[in-house]
This record gives sequence, structure tokens and C-alpha cells, in this order.
Amino acid sequence: MFDVNAIRAEFPALSGKVYGKPIVYFDNAATSQRPRCVLEAADRFSVVSNANIHRAVHRMADDATQAYEAAREAVRAFIGADSAEEIIFTSGATAAMNLAAFSFCERFVSEGDVIVVSAVEHHSDIVPWQLAALRKGASLRVIPVNEDGTLDLSGLDRILDGPVRIVAVAQISNVLGIRNPVEKIIEAAHARSIPVLVDGAQGIVHERTDVKRLGCDFYAFSGHKIFAATGTGVLYGRRELLEEMPPYMGGGEMVGHVTFDKTTYAPLPLKFEAGTPNFIGQATFTQALGFAGKLFADDAVEYTDGLTAYMYDRLACYPGLKLFGECRTGRIPLFSFNIGGVHHEDLALVLDKMGIAVRSGQLCAEPLMDRFGVTGMVRASLLPYNTKEEIDYFMESLDRAVRMLK
Amino acid sequence: MSENSKKTENEIVEEFGYFDEWLDKYEYLIELGKSLPSMPESSKTDDRLIKGCQSRVWLDCHVEDGKLYFSADSDAIITKGIISLLIKVCSGETPEDLSMYDFGFIEKIGLKDNLSPTRANGLVSMIARIKEMALEAVASKTENGK
Repeated sequence: MFDVNAIRAEFPALSGKVYGKPIVYFDNAATSQRPRCVLEAADRFSVVSNANIHRAVHRMADDATQAYEAAREAVRAFIGADSAEEIIFTSGATAAMNLAAFSFCERFVSEGDVIVVSAVEHHSDIVPWQLAALRKGASLRVIPVNEDGTLDLSGLDRILDGPVRIVAVAQISNVLGIRNPVEKIIEAAHARSIPVLVDGAQGIVHERTDVKRLGCDFYAFSGHKIFAATGTGVLYGRRELLEEMPPYMGGGEMVGHVTFDKTTYAPLPLKFEAGTPNFIGQATFTQALGFAGKLFADDAVEYTDGLTAYMYDRLACYPGLKLFGECRTGRIPLFSFNIGGVHHEDLALVLDKMGIAVRSGQLCAEPLMDRFGVTGMVRASLLPYNTKEEIDYFMESLDRAVRMLK
Repeated sequence: MSENSKKTENEIVEEFGYFDEWLDKYEYLIELGKSLPSMPESSKTDDRLIKGCQSRVWLDCHVEDGKLYFSADSDAIITKGIISLLIKVCSGETPEDLSMYDFGFIEKIGLKDNLSPTRANGLVSMIARIKEMALEAVASKTENGK
């Protein structure tokens, strides 16, 4: 039986107060809170193994390297990659996608080529591709989104036709909370030998993800959205592609031999890890993923689905509330909405004073705001450490806030 | 600053002093926002829009007898309440005084700690724009005086 109170007890932040009120943290899509095991590991590493990894021969450095590489192995196992060499540590999902977009396009994209993204992408899965397209003289094509928040794949064949070199798509939209049909997109792309990057920033914590089963060529995600320390992230890439791609940044441990005439590069994954990485942060992946694994047990999934359905129903019947992405299936507990006659920023500011943390604004997805014809939305995003009681308090507070603002 | 503005400042600080709870302060800001007359749609132009706010804020000013008078609007009601406080204090000041004004009352009513660190509401951008307008008025005065 899933015991949410036992889970909550692991998160000191969740018993905190703001403005003298118990915090209701509904901004998990931006960053998750951290369990004790992660906080303690970070503290411990900072004391006993704060030494730069991979270089020195002394004991502290060796301990740090081992913790860092153990975390890489934990990530590999968690996402089902073939080899730890396919796991590149980055500062977050954004950095992972910038790395992928830069290095992939350097090698595989040239003038007149096409890069495909979807209409529901986060800016971090749009702008890096735009930058690459500008450099290479390539262009962007967009898989459109239906009114209900599902992707419109009816024209996919046409979109993938021609010199398309890569497709980049989110596993789950950070605005709509709806799972995209990534398998279908991957199948269609692979039928044309086009590789696919999946942005797993939201997917990683809400869905047991196996990159082999998914069949993606790249998978990017942040550690801080799945309980690890902040400033952590991963780019998974298929070895054949990573081997072909040039480095993103130079210096530090990414080199083989350096002379003023020529530099050779270190083997994977270090080729893509220039400079001193956030080795203490990355090392916490071991604890974070160990913890996250528990939340994929059947009873935990059932609990989360219960939260999602409960909140969906509460929001759906709220007068004047427009939920963006009304599709009821394939949802995570993430809801973006507006209330007629009330500004999203006002709602977020008043909810904050009631102790509730939500996001408001463009949610790093301006094209999607334009698609729905709004300047912004309010987003509430939950994790399995949130409760129905919190949802009840949220709905009461929403009601009170709307009455104040109208 | 003029005696009048100082008086307005003190009144605002006093008003906010009545509220212990943050929520009540916000309720008051909402009231202020609702009571600030809207700008005509034709005045809500892009050149009057303040950059750096999550909500849209329009600010306009004109000079009368060497003093600045402001009008403002926003599509968000709390932001409108905040800017109504700013323009209440700033209107009727000379550009010279305003360009050197420290907006100390913001800190006294606690808005500084609770609003400015987040980029969301753009309090910093609003103040910067008011100062910019004051400096522009000083500059155009000097220009005309030549």
C-alpha cells in the first residue's frame, strides 16, 4: 500500500511554511524537491570527496570519480541504455539539447536540410535547433497540435518528406501534461532513417522510460526534476551517432592529445564533458534515481493516476476555467489553465500568499501560447508526494483568489 | 520631492501598516488596481509598454507647468495596483526631483522584499521606466533652454 505520508517525510522542504502557511508545492514541473537521501549524499560528498574527478591520483579524487561514475551507471541502468559511454552528463536538459543540436547538426546537417520539432516543445527544444539551422542554412518544420492538446500526426508523412535530418519531440508536454505519441513519430522517422531526439524533461519522472524500448536516438533530461541536485542533467545518445559527432566544448578532460597543430579527443563520454563538471551534483543521481524507482511501483502509479483524475475532474467542472489540452488520457498530474476575466499572474501571486506555489506566464513555450491565443497560463504540476488534501486546499484557495480578483 | 508627494508616501505606508497578513496587503493592491481608471485602448501602444514584466503594463506621462503627470494601465490587476501607487507618488513632481528619487516607500511597505526579486511582476522595470521618463524630460528641458 502506497504511503504518501512516509514519502512526504523524506522531503524536508514539504513541511516548510511560506507567509506562515504550510507550503503546497505545485511547481514540480520546474523543479522537484529533494529527498533526505539526496541532501545527505550531497553534504557527504562535499565533505569527504570534494576533489576534482578523473585527474588526480590521490584518494579523495578517486572517491569523487567513483561516485561520479557510479551515478553514470545508475543513469544507464535507469533508462536502459546499452553502455555508460552513451550517458553524457550535462548541467540540465537545456544543456543536453544544446549539445545534441550543436554537435549533431555540425556533422549531419547542411544547407537546405530540414529539422522537425513539434508545436508543443519547450523553448529549450526549439531555440538550439533554430541556432543550428541558422548556422547551417537549414530550416525548421513543425508537427502541429490539435485543440485538445494531442499532436496532429495526419500530415506526418509530408512533414518527414525531403531532406529531414532529425526530429526533436517532447515525451510529455511541459504545458499540457499530455504524453506525445513518440513511438509513432520514431517509427515514421526511422522508416526514413531519420534519428529522433526525445526531450524527457517531464517524461523521466512520470514514466518508466527505457530508451531501447522507446527506440529514440537521443534522450535528454534534467536531474533536478527527478529529485537530484540542481545543475544536473543527461544526454543519452546512441553510440554510433555520438562517435561521429564533434565535441561541443573544448578543454579539460575531453582531450586525447593536444599539440598546437592538432588535438585528438577523449573517448566517449568524456569527449562531451569539457571542464570540471558538477561532480557532486551529478553523483546524487545514484540516490535520486534509487528513490524515483520506488515511485514507479504499481501502487505508486495507481496513487499518481488517482491524483491526476481527481484534479482533472475538479478543474474541469470549475466555472469559467479553460484547461489547455483537454485530452483526458495519457495525462500526468500537470494542468495549465486560465480563468475568464482573471490574469494568470494575478492568480499565481494571490495563490502564493495562500502558501501555494504554481507557475504562471508563458511556461517557456511562447509558440504554444500563441497557438492557444493567450499571453500566459497558470500551471499546477504535482508529483506523487502531493496529496488530495492539497488539491482540495488548492481548489478552495483558487475559489477565494478568483473572488478577490474578479 | 514635494511636500505633497511626501504626504502621499506617508499615507501609503500608513495604509499598508494596517495589514498584518500578506494576503490582506494584496487584497488592498487589488482594490487599488480596480480603482485606477483604465487607459483608453488607443493609448495602449507598444511604445508605452514596459518591457520585463510578465503582465503587460503601459505607462504614459505628460509635462504640465514643469511637472510630470503619469497615467498607467495593466492587464493584470495586482500590477495595476502597484503601478497606481508609483504614479500616485510620482505625479506632480519635477523631472529633476523624480530622477533622483529613491522610491523608499516601496521598502517600507514590504513590497521590495516580496515583489522585486521575482522577475514576474516587473516592479524594477516599472521604476526604471519612470526614472527614464524623468531623465528624458530633464534632457528635453535642457534642449529647449538652449
